[in-house]
Amino acid sequence: MSALGRVVRAGVGRRRVQSVVMALTTMTAVAASIMAGALVIVSQAPFDHAFGRQHGAHLTGSFDGRKATFAQVAATAHAAGVTAAAGPYAVVSTTPRIDADGLRLPEGGAPLAVTGRADPHGPVDDLTVTSGHWATGPGQIVLDADHWTAPGILGGRLTFPGLPGSPRLTVVGLARSLTSSAGAWVAPAQIAALTAPGATPSYEMLYRFSKAGSSRQIAADRAAVKAAVPAGALTGAQSYLVTRQTVNRETATFVPFVVAFGVLGLVMSVLIVGIVVSGAVSAGTQRIGVLKSLGFTPGQVGRAYVGQALIPALVGAAAGVVLGDLGSVPLLGQAESAYRTGPMAVSGRIDVAVPAGVLALTVLSALTPALRAARLRTVEALAVGRTPRVGRGRTAALLAARLPLPRAVTLGLAGPFARPVRSATIGAAIVLGALGVTFAYGLGATLDGIQKGIDRDAPGQVQVLSGLAPPPPGSGRPAPSGPPSPPDSAAVGRLIAEQPGTRAYFGSGSTRARFAGIAGDVEAVAYQGTYGWGAYQMVSGHWIEGPGQIVVAHRFLQAADARVGDSVTLLGDGRTARVRIVGEALTTGDGGMRVLTDAATLTGVGVQAHTDEFSVELKDGTDRAGYLTALNRALRSVGGEALANSADTSSTVVAMDAITVTLTLMLILVAGLGVLNTAVLDTRERVHDLGVLKALGMAPRQTVAMVLTSVGWIGTVAGLLGVPTGIALHAYVLPVMGEAAGTRIPSVDLAVYHPAQVASLACGGLLIALLGAVLPAGWAARTPTATSLRTE
Amino acid sequence: MTTTVIDIHDVSKRYDEGPPALTGLSLDVAEGEALAVLGPSGSGKSTLLNMIAGLDRPTEGTVTVAGTRVDVLDETASARYRRSRIGMVFQFFNLLNDLTVLDNVLLPAQLLGTPRAEARQRAGQLLDGLGIARHAGAYPGRLSGGERQRVAVARALVNRPALLLADEPTGALDTASGADVRRLLADLNADGQTIVLVTHDLALAASCATRTIELVDGRIARDERTAAR
Repeated sequence: MSALGRVVRAGVGRRRVQSVVMALTTMTAVAASIMAGALVIVSQAPFDHAFGRQHGAHLTGSFDGRKATFAQVAATAHAAGVTAAAGPYAVVSTTPRIDADGLRLPEGGAPLAVTGRADPHGPVDDLTVTSGHWATGPGQIVLDADHWTAPGILGGRLTFPGLPGSPRLTVVGLARSLTSSAGAWVAPAQIAALTAPGATPSYEMLYRFSKAGSSRQIAADRAAVKAAVPAGALTGAQSYLVTRQTVNRETATFVPFVVAFGVLGLVMSVLIVGIVVSGAVSAGTQRIGVLKSLGFTPGQVGRAYVGQALIPALVGAAAGVVLGDLGSVPLLGQAESAYRTGPMAVSGRIDVAVPAGVLALTVLSALTPALRAARLRTVEALAVGRTPRVGRGRTAALLAARLPLPRAVTLGLAGPFARPVRSATIGAAIVLGALGVTFAYGLGATLDGIQKGIDRDAPGQVQVLSGLAPPPPGSGRPAPSGPPSPPDSAAVGRLIAEQPGTRAYFGSGSTRARFAGIAGDVEAVAYQGTYGWGAYQMVSGHWIEGPGQIVVAHRFLQAADARVGDSVTLLGDGRTARVRIVGEALTTGDGGMRVLTDAATLTGVGVQAHTDEFSVELKDGTDRAGYLTALNRALRSVGGEALANSADTSSTVVAMDAITVTLTLMLILVAGLGVLNTAVLDTRERVHDLGVLKALGMAPRQTVAMVLTSVGWIGTVAGLLGVPTGIALHAYVLPVMGEAAGTRIPSVDLAVYHPAQVASLACGGLLIALLGAVLPAGWAARTPTATSLRTE
Repeated sequence: MTTTVIDIHDVSKRYDEGPPALTGLSLDVAEGEALAVLGPSGSGKSTLLNMIAGLDRPTEGTVTVAGTRVDVLDETASARYRRSRIGMVFQFFNLLNDLTVLDNVLLPAQLLGTPRAEARQRAGQLLDGLGIARHAGAYPGRLSGGERQRVAVARALVNRPALLLADEPTGALDTASGADVRRLLADLNADGQTIVLVTHDLALAASCATRTIELVDGRIARDERTAAR
């Protein structure tokens, strides 16, 4: 081994603690950067990427099987502009009943579009089977993964009671189609058994076109397909642009905070790696002097120290790639669920770019101080030694000594001024850590508030669905049999009112309504009864108090160019009515275009909304399980179903929470490692001074107090800076996220930083600092005084 | 009746490797004595000093200083012992370069919790008495070797220790400064300060020690009381 190699090996081995800290820091920095980077990258147009991977259908055409033959529909694959096509697939629409515990239809009693498809793969709409396997034979069905999320759904049974022989299919898999090309898939031979007597299945064709980037191009493509079949055969054509717009809107809520966290992680990694490596090299100035005295050239010294830093950095970077990739799996899984895309993986480019960047940073951070030291005259390098430059921090030491505090504390207070750049850098890292924690807390609290607000679309302890509904999970009650009976909402309402334990209830139902000045129709939720207690969380204004008033979502206000207090014209069946916007509610339903009003408002213009859901509030002390049993018994005759109202947490919120917690922990870890390294360097550099102090009578507890104080006050100051910065980031990012989701966020959900929380969060910086410094402090206290005194 | 300040009884010290540093060493030092410990490198001088200072523990035997069994103290008690009972002067001064002369001298008193005014008064007296009061606001790096060692002595005495330990106090000084420190230690002993000094400097031993022992291979090879100075 060359002399240089021996120096490098000895340097790494001699400073084991620093080498280990450097490896750990690099590992954490690389892992955090990979996770943050992967999230940032997959958050860039996730739909487009997944659409490309799945060869998504630009257009999904539905054809009337009575007006076009299979061959005619198949021939549309050769229509102008079509570059690839899949189908025709036979499609039937039929209503199943669920025969398994824990399963719910996405919409009670809604018909399910079942497509006969032999293979999930193909040139268009290459499906992702997310669990189980594809339906390959009779009696099997695969469900749409985006709509069937109940745990234990796999293996459940769907019965179709309205069909001859009540076919019964087993759920063998879940699959995801980006464009939701079907609600369920079966083997083509199964379709016949699912087709009602006398009915003809419709056909579905999936197309990709050479030009499909805009609505106009899609319209031209649709026209080409339409022209290729008999008149009236094309009954529907769903453009991917609609789905893309919806998914991108949901994705947009993710991007601001993922980017915020990603940038935090990357900046902190750069800071910490820089400080750790340059600190380690600077600490070896005296050794550099020794090497020079032995004849090492500045270039050799530079190479030796770069090598010395690179060995632990390489080990750390390799481990960081593994850790980052492993850590990204659950994170990307959450993102995948939130984005409704196919499987996501860390890009190979990130796995290469991040460690390469960190290693380049390591080289730079090592080379600069190593060359600086190597250019010193040998005697200077030897004299500079391991202690801070004489003269630095004297004023601070002088002032601190005058403070009426224990001497160990005042010595600790003055300590960081001896290494101002190192102290400032570690302070910046703690600021970022405190900022991250503050932002994460605020994000979590706001999302919790938003979730509760959004849950107000189904208030009350009990929900009653009128018409056919699945049995409540675990109720033991047999499922209703036979075809769906027509709902009798008035009767359902009466039964709820008569049920002992009912404190209040109201009914609601959705329909479509049109307003002057707004293109297309919007979802209108009509309320009946005493709905005052079921108010949504309001962004501004107040809840509806009677007919003629509407509460709307943010995007509606934007679309109508209106404000709360304004009136808009409701267009009905030949009639119109001026209705007053009395409030803006927190709701993301219908893309932020939802309108909430008294049912009489709609009936006044001839728009009917069937009441298909009741929200029930129970009297105090009422046993909900008993109430449900009794009410379900009463409802059996009228086709209603009572369910315990368990608010579903949005997958987006769950994903955000998971990502927030993971990234915050990584930030804290990186900051803590930075503090650990700084404290190790400081205590090692000052080991002789520590020995002197201990020889003069400084007790172990005082030594610990001194070391902890030296980083503790940096942590305190950093916390005081990081918390308001985190609050400011929260105040900036959350409204952006809300805007992306089509809603404004109520001020009550944004005002999550109360004095007690702020004080606790401000202590976060101190906590990070103390956690990072506690080990070196203990080491400093335990090092034998005689050993310390012998250390040069 | 003379009081025994140091009572070392049958002390041995063995490290993991090599021969024992001390072997069955017993030694009494009376109040007011100035004991010079001589001997070649590796004879156990520094080990003996560390035992007395509570910086190291014997493998066997007992060390009692001013009535305190030093060999059984834990780290905290040992630190308290050093604060209150002994003062230490080192070959290379061991002053903290980022503290002024006054702050260096005040340090042991502050660690002991001496009231601020009292500590400053005592430090002022010492600096004045040692002729370095004009340097109170200066930093150690600007002083000569002799002046630095005077600062170290002032720091060692600020808590009025029963025992002053000096490890090669003239080892890093030029001739003139060395003579200066020799005079200082002799004067302190003349004022009644008990001193144990480890040195190679025979002139130092001759000028300020009232008793001299010579260690060879961890044993006392010679123990002599010197004539009155």
